[in-house]
Amino acid sequence: MKAPRVGIIGVGQSVFTSRRDDASYPDLVREAVVQAMTQSGLDFDAIDGTVYSLSPDAMVGIGNAERLGVDAVGGRYKPFLRINTGGATGISAVAAAYYHVASGACDVVLTAGADKVGECGDSQTVLNKIWDPIYERPLPQGTITMLAMSAVRYRDKYGMTEEDMARVVVKNRYHASLNPNAHLNKTVTVEDVMASRYISWPIKLMDCCPQSSGGGAMVLASEEFIRDNKLDAVWITGAGHCSETYYLGDRMGKGQLADHADAYALGKALGRAYEMAGITDPQKQIDVAELYAPFSNTEYHSIEAAGLCEIGTAVPQVNEGRFSIGGDIPVNPSGGTLCTNAIAVTAMIRVAEIALQVWGKAGGHQVKGAKRGVASGNGGDHQFFGAMVVEA
Amino acid sequence: MELLKRTETWNITYTHALGETASWFFVQLRDNKKIYGRRDAKTGRVLVPPRAFSDQTLEPTTEWVEVGPGGRIEAFTIVYEEFQGLPPPPYAFGFVMLDGADTGIGGFFRGLDLSDPAKAAEQIAVGTRVTTKFAEERIGDISDFWFETD
Repeated sequence: MKAPRVGIIGVGQSVFTSRRDDASYPDLVREAVVQAMTQSGLDFDAIDGTVYSLSPDAMVGIGNAERLGVDAVGGRYKPFLRINTGGATGISAVAAAYYHVASGACDVVLTAGADKVGECGDSQTVLNKIWDPIYERPLPQGTITMLAMSAVRYRDKYGMTEEDMARVVVKNRYHASLNPNAHLNKTVTVEDVMASRYISWPIKLMDCCPQSSGGGAMVLASEEFIRDNKLDAVWITGAGHCSETYYLGDRMGKGQLADHADAYALGKALGRAYEMAGITDPQKQIDVAELYAPFSNTEYHSIEAAGLCEIGTAVPQVNEGRFSIGGDIPVNPSGGTLCTNAIAVTAMIRVAEIALQVWGKAGGHQVKGAKRGVASGNGGDHQFFGAMVVEA
Repeated sequence: MELLKRTETWNITYTHALGETASWFFVQLRDNKKIYGRRDAKTGRVLVPPRAFSDQTLEPTTEWVEVGPGGRIEAFTIVYEEFQGLPPPPYAFGFVMLDGADTGIGGFFRGLDLSDPAKAAEQIAVGTRVTTKFAEERIGDISDFWFETD
């Protein structure tokens, strides 16, 4: 069955920072919603339902904060659904909105959310609690340590130095310097990154994403509605998802099904999105990518999972500038998750940024001539993955 | 204008049940200084830490299999940053494929000088052989054992 086309008609995002003491949590949600609604040109009566993007409650410190957020999305008397797949939440929310439209259940769906990670004091303390309380939480596992272990295995398997990792930071911070919405938007050098302190070897402070606050929103509509109302849109032509099992120790050693060095399930999600979009050669057919990579080393296996280079070859190609703005296939021209991470909406911003790119509305970090791009999101114990292809 | 803040602390005590499988595992660890996995009868894989069912076949695991005490490091990290409510740094931990196991188990690496990160990382590189050590006083918890390089 050929899937019906679903259009993106509005995008909103905050200027992300550590704290937003001028705005309560619902104020931040509304800020992004107003932007997306303004761009769409619609009023709230046109919205048939809302998908609410909210990852672990403890990050904002409000249990089931979607209860507070419902007013900020104009949700009263309408269908309302909260989505949480950890770091992948934002792209899962866009996917849920997409399926509501693609199925014919709704003509227009709003998806929105916000996070205030800067208010939680210590996100790793919150994220340690996503591990099971029996075997792994007491270790104490966390998202930085989990992905430091991926770095260790990637390094062992393919070769990667700490200076290589620093070059990913230099690239993305430069990209972020062109993006007024990015949180960490000052350029840095390899020496700066190398001089920053170790957090979880081999990951240093500057190899890590920040703890950001801000909101995100998108309005999706059916092709028929867009045509009938003569709206401007870009199109979601592929959507794919894939999950991985829980136990990290299953992704190593002789019995492994997928190596923790790589991002096997992410590759499956991206492959499914490509198949739906009719993409057979991503290196030739993808103009720009926004791939969820919260630590410098994770950009390598994400680029490889997206088929933008062969597995195990991303390091030299990042170093040569192939994935920088001005290169062959810019990856994370917004600065990406490494420079801005308001967790509940981070993966939504990946899709929103690709929409802006193929629309030609990305501003200072616009990739010239971009017509087709791909976005991804990762969540949980490197476990829940989503991908979307967006085209002009 | 003056912008105000309000501080809240979440401090909730949960008493988690370990269930039959993890309870048996931790009793053996506590009382006999032994580490066991569970065999998935269909695939033959020995799952460590032990689980009641296989995530591949969804069938119940059928047999206890003693593993270790030797093993091979599969992944590690060394934490140098302090996080709220987590152990004081530095500490090293990671995953070890114990002899006879098909999946890695998480544990701390002890007996290392962690003051020089690069040197410490070299000592626990992927592939390094380790032996399981047991605490004198064991309480039936993951902290009852750790790994030391051979």
